[in-house]
Amino acid sequence: MLLPFFKACEASVIGETIRGSFWLFPAIEAVHLIALSIIGGAVLLVDLQLLGFGLQDQPIRNIARNAQPWLIGSLLMMITTGLLLFFAESVKCYYSDAFWFKMSSLALAILFAFTVRRWVTLADEARVGPVWSKVTGLVSLALWFGVGAGGRWIGFS
Amino acid sequence: MYPLVESVHVLTLCVFVGMASILDLRLLGWTLRGVPVSELTDRLMPWMKAGFVVMVVSGVLLFYAIPVRSYQNIFFRVKVIMLILAGLNAFVFHATIHKSVLEWDFAVKPPPAARRAGALSLALWICIIIAGRMIAYNWFDCDKQPQPAVINAAAGCVIAQK
Repeated sequence: MLLPFFKACEASVIGETIRGSFWLFPAIEAVHLIALSIIGGAVLLVDLQLLGFGLQDQPIRNIARNAQPWLIGSLLMMITTGLLLFFAESVKCYYSDAFWFKMSSLALAILFAFTVRRWVTLADEARVGPVWSKVTGLVSLALWFGVGAGGRWIGFS
Repeated sequence: MYPLVESVHVLTLCVFVGMASILDLRLLGWTLRGVPVSELTDRLMPWMKAGFVVMVVSGVLLFYAIPVRSYQNIFFRVKVIMLILAGLNAFVFHATIHKSVLEWDFAVKPPPAARRAGALSLALWICIIIAGRMIAYNWFDCDKQPQPAVINAAAGCVIAQK
């Protein structure tokens, strides 16, 4: 059902342009990786704090607030470059299990980051027990790891 | 095996470069302004060290799998040079301005030397990631002749005389 849509993406001007270029795909990939470092830092800083391995003298709320613009900025950069890469090889993605795994993890990771994780990090620390903080950190790490691992695996399939 | 090692190498970017860029951004005064710099260096250093070890081990394994191709790859050479520069930058930072960190620990905008170190580190790691990604492409490989002489020299290609 989705295949015609994926085919249309691949046949689009964006897809054609990137595929027709010698250096565009590698360049976009490189920007995707740079954004990966930033999003990795922004996610890890907060999740490690939730797990108790972070900046112990700082309230989690402060860390999360500071990390938020970098998380959103790098996420937007990731999605933009990711979409461009997708347009270049949409049909390959359609048949790739890794792609669907990555997209499912990504949807869950974003949903989790802007709901539960946001509430837990911005809430009064006394109101969130240490166990729930740790569970939140672990779930977040697992979801983002799924996105990263799935993404790397698209290239191998 | 190769894909697995490569995945580890790429995903560890999050731990090592991710943590290093948080510190760099703090040195520039762009994030975590209320957090003392010394707290960041103390708390992030174990993660950066662990990430760095994983990076180097997985990177050496990737090199060891295809040593000749890597050695004669222009992007690999650029990457190694920039890694050395990044190491020097970190060393100079810790040996000089970071020694007096307690005097400017709470500064929203750290002194120029610290800001310079942060900016240089960010720029170098961006270039290292780009060069690293490009190693995978064979545009300038030695078996792709003819290449301009300057490329052959930079990649260390040995050209058979006819």
